[in-house]
Amino acid sequence: MPEETNQPSLEAKSPFELRVDMGRHVPEDDVRAALATGDLGFVHSFTTGSAVDGPGIRVVVWLTGCQFHCVYCHNPDTWKMTNGIPVTVERAKEQLSKYRHGLKTMKGGLTVSGGEPLMQHKFVLKLFDMARAMGVHTALDSNGYLGSRLSDSDLQRFDLVLLDLKAFTPELHRRLTGQDVGPVHDFARRLAAEKRPIWVRFVLVPGWTDDPDEVARIAGFAATLGNVERVDVLPFHQMGAYKWERLAMDYKLAGVQPPSVETVERACAQFRAVGLKAY
Amino acid sequence: MQAQATTNGFISGLWQNEINVRDFIQQNYKPYDGDEAFLAPATERTKKIWAKLNELFLEERKKGILDVSLVPSSITAHAAGYIDRANEVIVGLQTEAPLKRAIIPNGGFRLVASALKTYGYAVDPHVTEAFTKYRKTHNDAVFDAYTAEVRRCRSSHILTGLPDAYGRGRIIGDYRRVALYGVDRLIAVKKKEKSDLDAEMSMDAIIRDREELAEQIRALGELKEMAKLYGFDISVPAQTAKEAVQWLYFGYLAAVKEQNGAAMSLGRTSTFLDIYFERDIAAGLITESEAQEIIDDFVIKLRIVRFLRTPEYDELFAGDPTWVTESIGGMGDDGRTLVTKSSFRFLQTLYNLGPAPEPNLTIWYSPRAPDAFRKFTAKVAIDTSAIQFENDEIMRRAWGDDGAIACCVSPMLVGKQMQFFGARANMAKCLLYAINGGRDEVSGDQVGPVFEPVKGDYLVADDVLKKFEKMMDWLARVYVNAMNIIHYMHDKYAYERIEMALHDYAPLRTMAFGMAGLSVVADSLSAMRYSRVRVVRDETGLINDYEIEGEYPQFGNNDNRVDQLASWVVSTFMKKLRQHPTYRNAMHTQSILTITSNVVYGKATGNTPDGRRKGEPFAPGANPMYGREKHGIHASAASVAKIPYRDAADGISLTETLIPYGLGRVAEDRVDNLTAMMDAFFGTTGFHMNINVLNRDTLMDAMDHPEKYPNLTIRVSGYAVNFVRLTREQQMDVLARTFHGT
Repeated sequence: MPEETNQPSLEAKSPFELRVDMGRHVPEDDVRAALATGDLGFVHSFTTGSAVDGPGIRVVVWLTGCQFHCVYCHNPDTWKMTNGIPVTVERAKEQLSKYRHGLKTMKGGLTVSGGEPLMQHKFVLKLFDMARAMGVHTALDSNGYLGSRLSDSDLQRFDLVLLDLKAFTPELHRRLTGQDVGPVHDFARRLAAEKRPIWVRFVLVPGWTDDPDEVARIAGFAATLGNVERVDVLPFHQMGAYKWERLAMDYKLAGVQPPSVETVERACAQFRAVGLKAY
Repeated sequence: MQAQATTNGFISGLWQNEINVRDFIQQNYKPYDGDEAFLAPATERTKKIWAKLNELFLEERKKGILDVSLVPSSITAHAAGYIDRANEVIVGLQTEAPLKRAIIPNGGFRLVASALKTYGYAVDPHVTEAFTKYRKTHNDAVFDAYTAEVRRCRSSHILTGLPDAYGRGRIIGDYRRVALYGVDRLIAVKKKEKSDLDAEMSMDAIIRDREELAEQIRALGELKEMAKLYGFDISVPAQTAKEAVQWLYFGYLAAVKEQNGAAMSLGRTSTFLDIYFERDIAAGLITESEAQEIIDDFVIKLRIVRFLRTPEYDELFAGDPTWVTESIGGMGDDGRTLVTKSSFRFLQTLYNLGPAPEPNLTIWYSPRAPDAFRKFTAKVAIDTSAIQFENDEIMRRAWGDDGAIACCVSPMLVGKQMQFFGARANMAKCLLYAINGGRDEVSGDQVGPVFEPVKGDYLVADDVLKKFEKMMDWLARVYVNAMNIIHYMHDKYAYERIEMALHDYAPLRTMAFGMAGLSVVADSLSAMRYSRVRVVRDETGLINDYEIEGEYPQFGNNDNRVDQLASWVVSTFMKKLRQHPTYRNAMHTQSILTITSNVVYGKATGNTPDGRRKGEPFAPGANPMYGREKHGIHASAASVAKIPYRDAADGISLTETLIPYGLGRVAEDRVDNLTAMMDAFFGTTGFHMNINVLNRDTLMDAMDHPEKYPNLTIRVSGYAVNFVRLTREQQMDVLARTFHGT
């Protein structure tokens, strides 16, 4: 009988499952120890075959824990770290190694997303080291706020950052995410200085982030960096609304319509106007 | 040595001394590694003909069938028919009018009579008299020879879809031979094959061979007659590209006039025809537009092939399929690609005429095929969802580089190999019989042999496996028995004269068994092994339900614990099938394929130990069960790719449904990403992939009929959701973001 049977299954009941308290039984000391060494991390779920989370076809792993509480978040069950399943680097390696050859053929790789992966930065770096040792391309999908946790040499340990720029104006950023924008910009500039490539992700939310002036400010900032290879303008959607409801959380965006095709196109055009590749 | 050009502008070779189409292709074809920019749009003429047919399609859909001829069909039974005589480039219809169906009672008269009745036609009393009094049909003969056990298995649906009441199909005549050699040469060769048998003692096998050869020669004569009705003399080789298509089509047309086969596939014609097209274009005889027009018109003909079938038959096979499968692309044994400009031209018909399920354009996919071709096929798949992909590397290694697919996934060498089509065994039911000691879980009847049923409250994996193997032994024996009877009688009463006339003498014969419900069985075995399965019995002691305690690994997640169980089931059943002798010493093969009949099989099957409820559909083919793939397409495809081809040499089918957005945020990404996915799947042991990239209409349909799309997954960056669980508003959002600008 394989030894895995006593561990919580990495498989959700369905790919769309809400995950809560999967890591609750892990004592707090162990959580702290895990975060300190990075040998163990808390994982919401993983998928294969993603064509929309970085270049090529990728394995995406979502970690739990986030210090942003974005009003439009479609995965609020990833905010709390102990909602995730405790997974060792070793176990993650077993899973990823099954896909290594396919990922190379498909010009894809491993994307670590969240939550905010840098909440567990040591675990993330170990995942990337492990992936790179297999020759698998690595991408970090991050809001950048905890970028200071990574040393300059750490920045060389992955291939690409999918940097989520939520807003530019400090007041709006705080209202949108609950946190300051400053550290995000600092991280972006450091990545630029180290010449680490960035794909910017910008979620277009009607009434929140669709003001042309705001978009122009974000585009302007991104353009000055010089290391932004691509911008993905992601139209806000309501598919995560049910999670807010099930978690009995106050959802500020109930009833907000997704942006029109024209608005998305306009935002893309604003990024293109400053010389960026935007979709 | 310098190769010589023959008078026709073709390089000479073995093909001149013997019937050897492959050699002709190898000596003469021009591999093409460019892109699709050269392709021509539909001409006004083509559009006009297609518009005319579209009106008839509407009427046909309203009435079920447009019309039917009550004259039993044969190669020459009907007068020449036209859609628009003055404007057709390629001619020939199954009857004297387009979409007018024919009756072909040799396979089974009952099915013909019942179909006619359904659509409000009376059978001609002379026909009834002939086929009930004077002429025995395949259907009658099979039932004369069936054993009681076969009958029981048939009515309990543990063996289903047996070709005992209709034409077996899945035989591909080498229709190219008609064009390359002309019919007289083919007749001469057949006469020689027959006279070569004169020295043999006249025993069953030799007598049958002689009679079959005589029938083949007769059918070839009728083929010439049929062409003459259209004003063509096809006794001699085709001289031009247009003639080559016409000659080839006449060969195929004779086949569909004579046989109502479950699948009437075309073979591998595009690269063969390309030789004529390129020669004629180079000589200035035709333009690219004219070449495309000829192919468009040919494909129009293939799209209107019709058979008279009953609604029950259509339920089993979903729709009114004919499986006019054309195999495109692939690599040659010598490392050159077999992709030619005409490979592109065939695919272009999906743009010129719009998407359609027939002909069933099938890409023999190799990661070594030219980039531009691979990308074009990905683009066509995304734009039309109308093509399927199979692994050229695996099939070429197994069978050679001039193979074609019959039906959906069955590879065979064209003109050198045929198959005895074997429907499928319901493996989930077999497992339930093992648990219940041979009693049917739905009726409670003792269908299988009386074995000891499961005792106790829980299923014990090792105990059930032992019982399951014993039940497989029994089922394999009954199954081979049934197949031998069916194919003996089909050869005797509904022999495919013209199709077999376009084969070599004594072709390689396979007997292609099949299996349904593989993922249900694998998951059931996994549930017993890795969780606890409590049984529920009715008052007669019949186990008819299961309660699963705990979780178990499920097929489709790239988890060897269960994936190996799936492979075990396939290999074990194959081993058991091989233990029984086959009619005409056919080679045993097996497919993991159901396409759509998985719904019907599921309907006839009770609760299963994996948690599937009674009547719920199985997953199609080798697919994981709905909703049990937790880790995306790479993981599920990897599970399916582990099924060993050597024990499923008739094909392993995987169907994937995607929305365009799931392949990438922009169109170029999608083509690149789908190409990459296929490079990965077919670069390993993935056998077949049906890729449905949903269009707006399908998504709209899913909104109105969620029950038809239980597993439709929508991916956006960082998120996946089940489409049918979204609110209507959200669905409209998906629609808007997926299809803007198209």
